[in-house]
Amino acid sequence: MIQFEHVFKRYPNGREALQDVSFRIGAGEFVFLTGRSGAGKSSVLKLVALLERPTRGSVLVNGQDTGSLPARAVPAYRRRLGVVFQDHQLLMDRPVYDNVALPLMVSDTRYRDIDKRVRAALDQVGLREQERALPLELSVGEQQRVGIARAVVARPTILIADEPTGNLDHSLARDVMQLFTRFQEVGVTVVIATHDMALVREFGHRELHIDEGRLLGGTAAT
Amino acid sequence: MTSPLTYLARHLQALLGTLGYLLRRPLGTLLSIAVISLALTLPACLYLLVKNARVATGSVTEAIELTVYLKTDVSLERARQLADSARARREAGRVTLISAEEGLEEFRKYSGFGAALEALQGNPLPHVISLRPNSDRADPSSIAALQRYLSSWPETDIVQVDNEWVRRLSALLGLLERVFQVFAALLAAGVLAIIGNAIRLEISARRAEIEVTKLVGGSNAYVRRPFLYLGGLYGLLGAGLAALWLIAINAALEPWLLQLARLYGSSFNLLGLTPPELGVLLGGGALLGLVGAWIGAARHLSRIEPRQ
Ligand SMILES: Nc1ncnc2c1ncn2[C@@H]1O[C@H](COP(=O)(O)OP(=O)(O)O)[C@@H](O)[C@H]1O
Ligand SMILES: [Mg+2]
Repeated sequence: MIQFEHVFKRYPNGREALQDVSFRIGAGEFVFLTGRSGAGKSSVLKLVALLERPTRGSVLVNGQDTGSLPARAVPAYRRRLGVVFQDHQLLMDRPVYDNVALPLMVSDTRYRDIDKRVRAALDQVGLREQERALPLELSVGEQQRVGIARAVVARPTILIADEPTGNLDHSLARDVMQLFTRFQEVGVTVVIATHDMALVREFGHRELHIDEGRLLGGTAAT
Repeated sequence: MTSPLTYLARHLQALLGTLGYLLRRPLGTLLSIAVISLALTLPACLYLLVKNARVATGSVTEAIELTVYLKTDVSLERARQLADSARARREAGRVTLISAEEGLEEFRKYSGFGAALEALQGNPLPHVISLRPNSDRADPSSIAALQRYLSSWPETDIVQVDNEWVRRLSALLGLLERVFQVFAALLAAGVLAIIGNAIRLEISARRAEIEVTKLVGGSNAYVRRPFLYLGGLYGLLGAGLAALWLIAINAALEPWLLQLARLYGSSFNLLGLTPPELGVLLGGGALLGLVGAWIGAARHLSRIEPRQ
């Protein structure tokens, strides 16, 4: 469950990225966050991942007000969240396996379980064969799937993705979306920021549309 | 909820990762370690110098003798009492009373003036108390205290201390010890700075990795760990190399010192580091590295936050 209550975000340079944004995403929902470039989509996701803090208003995740979370509790909070970004943010000098294992390494998962879960995540994204490859030896689409495997390997209840299909052609983008749909089917809350309206129409999930920092339509909470 | 075994395995992995990292760039590693080892060798050398000098002069220190010449009108009975009270002092080792009669007898025997002395009416010599300082209290301040005490007796005429030069040497060694302490402190700060800087460079080189690790929920402790191992290993290996330097310096000086000692007809063994001292060097090096890395990591890691 993700809930924004009258959230404002102003960056240090004075830019008002979000203005009075309120919405509620229920557990297990699949939501598209749409809007032009610069509308404020990434800002919403950054507030959820605690990469930024709201200037005003509150962000509640799984019933918890993130504003009251002390700095030392942030790592544990992030471990319960799956995050996919457009530029993958993979460690280029580490094989695929190590990249996917990272969220488990930073938690106290036992090595035996790490192995099982990494293999399972790689199976889900169809990259089991490439576990020893370095990211640079993979195509852009494959790199994006490594990023997705890393996001889901710790079995988060919420998965957020920022333009996960930005670099992909339409058919690869569809594959990736189908992957996200499959995670939603097993109960994960999925929030995807995208400006690819063709995909949004094709998959037909609930849409939150942002324009110049304000939420338009679709404000009704589920 | 962390199982201790998993926790230990994570540490082992960080340690092995750091070792592997050091081996992958041997030249840079060697350079850093060499600089650290030199900074540690300098004070360690000074320490060994003082230690050896102390041992070499130790036997001389025991030769210090204080002689108390009592006033001539002091009775033998009183002289005995005074010798006893001197004996009661902790600083005093062997205390001998040489009575005026014994003194005269000795003088008569050895001086060759026997006949001339027969002509004397009374005994012109005073009673004399001779003291050796206690061997573990032969330091200058104890001896000075003893001298002040003996001088304070109203019956004392003069107190004579032999071997003034031993006092000067001891003072010099004391000064060297101070120099060692100051050097050690300065160079420890230097080692901290060297390691802190190495860690800073390392952190900026691995910035992307740190950001991603924090993004997926790596705690500060997790992110910091490899850098602490890096600092600790730098310090430990630097101290190990410093120990090798010391052995080499020892070996180079030994023949020369033996020759010198033979000239003075004395036997002399150059003392190296004892195992506990080696432990202190290695442990101190590792600790310095750890602290340097901690400071470097605390200053630079917190500034790195994931962005998107
Ligand atoms: N760290 C930042 N500092 C200053 N301005 C920012 C920062 N991040 C985003 N912005 C600005 O906030 C607005 C919203 O950005 P963003 O949330 O990235 O939009 P979107 O993801 O929809 O393209 C833009 O005008 C952008 O320039
Ligand atoms: Mg964006």
